Amino acid sequence: MALLEVEDLRVSFDTPDGVVRAVRGLSFTLAAGSTLGLVGESGSGKSVAVQTITRLTRGADVGGRVVLDGVDLLTANEEELREVRGARIGMIFQDPLSSLHPYHRIGWQIEEIIRAHEDIGRAAARARAADLLGLVGIPRPETRVDDYPHQFSGGMRQRVMIAMAMALSPEVLIADEPTTALDVTVQAQVLDVMRRLQEEFGTAIIMVTHDLGVIAELADDVVVMYAGAAMERAPRRELFYRYHHPYTEGLLTSLPLRGEASGRLRPIPGSPPSLIAVPPGCPFAPRCQYAFERCSITPPLAAVLADPRHQSACWLPADRPRQESAEEAA
Amino acid sequence: MDTEPLLHVEGLVKEFPAGASALTGRAGGVVHAVDGVSLDVAPGETLGLVGETGCGKSTLARCVARLLEPTGGRVVFDGADITHLSGARMRPLRRNLQMIFQDPFGSLNPRRRVGAIIGDPFAIHGLGGRAVRKGRVQELMELVGLNPEHYNRFPAEFSGGQRQRIGIARALALRPRLLVCDEPVSALDVSIQGQIINLLADLRTEFGLTYVFISHDLSVVRHVSDRIAVMYLGKIVELAPSEVLFERPRHPYTRALLSAAPVADPDAADSRRRVILGGDVPSPVAPPSGCRFHPRCPKAREDCALTEPPLEPVLGDPDDHRAACWHPLQAGEDLTAAPAPLPGGVR
Ligand SMILES: Nc1ncnc2c1ncn2[C@@H]1O[C@H](COP(=O)(O)OP(=O)(O)OP(=O)(O)O)[C@@H](O)[C@H]1O
Ligand SMILES: Nc1ncnc2c1ncn2[C@@H]1O[C@H](COP(=O)(O)OP(=O)(O)OP(=O)(O)O)[C@@H](O)[C@H]1O
Ligand code: SF4
Ligand code: SF4
Ligand SMILES: [Mg+2]
Ligand SMILES: [Mg+2]
Repeated sequence: MALLEVEDLRVSFDTPDGVVRAVRGLSFTLAAGSTLGLVGESGSGKSVAVQTITRLTRGADVGGRVVLDGVDLLTANEEELREVRGARIGMIFQDPLSSLHPYHRIGWQIEEIIRAHEDIGRAAARARAADLLGLVGIPRPETRVDDYPHQFSGGMRQRVMIAMAMALSPEVLIADEPTTALDVTVQAQVLDVMRRLQEEFGTAIIMVTHDLGVIAELADDVVVMYAGAAMERAPRRELFYRYHHPYTEGLLTSLPLRGEASGRLRPIPGSPPSLIAVPPGCPFAPRCQYAFERCSITPPLAAVLADPRHQSACWLPADRPRQESAEEAA
Repeated sequence: MDTEPLLHVEGLVKEFPAGASALTGRAGGVVHAVDGVSLDVAPGETLGLVGETGCGKSTLARCVARLLEPTGGRVVFDGADITHLSGARMRPLRRNLQMIFQDPFGSLNPRRRVGAIIGDPFAIHGLGGRAVRKGRVQELMELVGLNPEHYNRFPAEFSGGQRQRIGIARALALRPRLLVCDEPVSALDVSIQGQIINLLADLRTEFGLTYVFISHDLSVVRHVSDRIAVMYLGKIVELAPSEVLFERPRHPYTRALLSAAPVADPDAADSRRRVILGGDVPSPVAPPSGCRFHPRCPKAREDCALTEPPLEPVLGDPDDHRAACWHPLQAGEDLTAAPAPLPGGVR
């Protein structure tokens, strides 16, 4: 059974330029202990969607349902939400500095999180903080708890963030681009830490990223977002090797995959639509090489393909011919 | 290489004053941003430059394009020593040596119209009258895939990818021979990134352009480059033809970098054995002794901390494959099985 169910999530912002429809009917489920990859290009609504799960999008107009263990978080009261945030759903944000307090020692910040939810003394909380830092691979954790955020490198700060998000052993960890600002070798360290924590604690992870490489490495299931909606949902291999949606295809053929040294890339032409005036019908239609008449009139529903876990919001037949897939190219 | 190189860099050094350290309160020291780099780029060739944050890629690029004056060593462009040329003496050469930058937002003046921005090089070099310039600018806009009718728009009215095209159009205005590209696609989404990479490839075919192409994205660099130089803490640690570098890396750092980069292919991702390096990149103010990679290197031995390895062919490699390592990787050697690094790392 799904641990977390997001159903027809809608989030919009009223701005002077018009209503920004950042998330337009997003649905997915997260199974306990699994990793869901949420992938899409800049502005596709990934951050807004995951922030809305714990109702951190203030000033937004929100609709739909976000059900954690039978409770709809979108209608929960503040007190219930406080119980959920941190304790049941941990979050790592895109920018680590924005969520670490610069003037407090790292250890103190972790202790505060623990003590806000548990009846536990300073010394015990401090020991837990040091344990957590050790767990995410910070050397000499007993002394580093006394350091301030600026005394850590970018990769270490990101690991401190993971330690904080994991402090209360949440069932769900939402990680919004946790490694985007990091170098590849440091990214590998951080992803390795997340993988090991997941094994140890059975945490379910929602991994938000624009990097299909990160998705290929660690997602069990993938949701591809475009213009605030899911274009395609599928288990990882299914998505990479048997994708259906032309947008997914475009993302994959844009990549210099395994670098066949020459050969042109096949990027998607044009750029994404404004979220203030999303075209009627399929949002991808203006850029889609397969678009036909119906596409720009009626929005396609998420159709189920041969694998019942695979859905694609596209009018093309389920057995449509595709550009050579990654598998055939390999 | 039998042809004269278009660009010849020899023992290039660039240091910056380190400033007071917030941590220690101690003033001073020197940032060894680029520390003795030598390389050649042949006409029509694309040389890729990869490495992690702070390893000196941008500094090297800016020294080569002479937006910075090197502290030591030599930069020879098309036979002329430009290492210490003044701005005025550089100007006639500037036509042939252009740079495009990572940040398509920061590098364009928001208050100037796009036509004026792209036409700058004509104005600076006093080429053509107003009408001629406008015509040339519109040709350039068309060349890089911008709508020439948008001549009078401001940068804010363009998307990230379009702004990068504006930067490319400006750099191409005077038909340069060498284009130094510092992370030209890093800030862009993959679909837009692909458009720009194809554009650069077309321009290369059409005008025989020579590129120095910087990126921290290995798959992008592999796709565009003939040869690749891998940098670590101000030095080139390996230099080889692209495919050779990917197939048979000799330097443990190259291998670690290759194995760490995520690949958008589940089978490849699952079958790969990752080399997870410990620790972070050390400070370029006080780089480690001997081989700078030794505190993080899975193959480090005592001697590595003592003497710096030269960048040269190893294990009988041909002259165009060079690595700076005392204990280079044998073909098929498994780095993940190597002994753990020296405890704490020797400094
Ligand atoms: N508070 C807000 N008010 C108005 N618009 C907003 C607000 N927050 C986000 N948006 C808009 O919502 C859209 C989705 O933004 P979001 O940050 O979710 O994108 P994203 O997929 O996370 O992109 P990125 O990969 O760049 O992080 C964007 O167009 C953004 O400008
Ligand atoms: N003007 C400057 N003054 C002092 N230090 C500098 C200056 N410019 C660069 N540095 C330092 O020189 C080193 C190399 O920086 P550089 O920008 O060349 O690295 P890079 O490889 O381009 O990194 P990135 O991938 O982050 O762009 C860094 O330690 C940097 O902090
Ligand atoms: S519905 Fe039509 S426009 Fe949309 S992705 Fe499918 S084919 Fe393309
Ligand atoms: S010289 Fe030694 S420390 Fe340096 S890369 Fe080679 S084996 Fe590693
Ligand atoms: Mg985001
Ligand atoms: Mg740089």
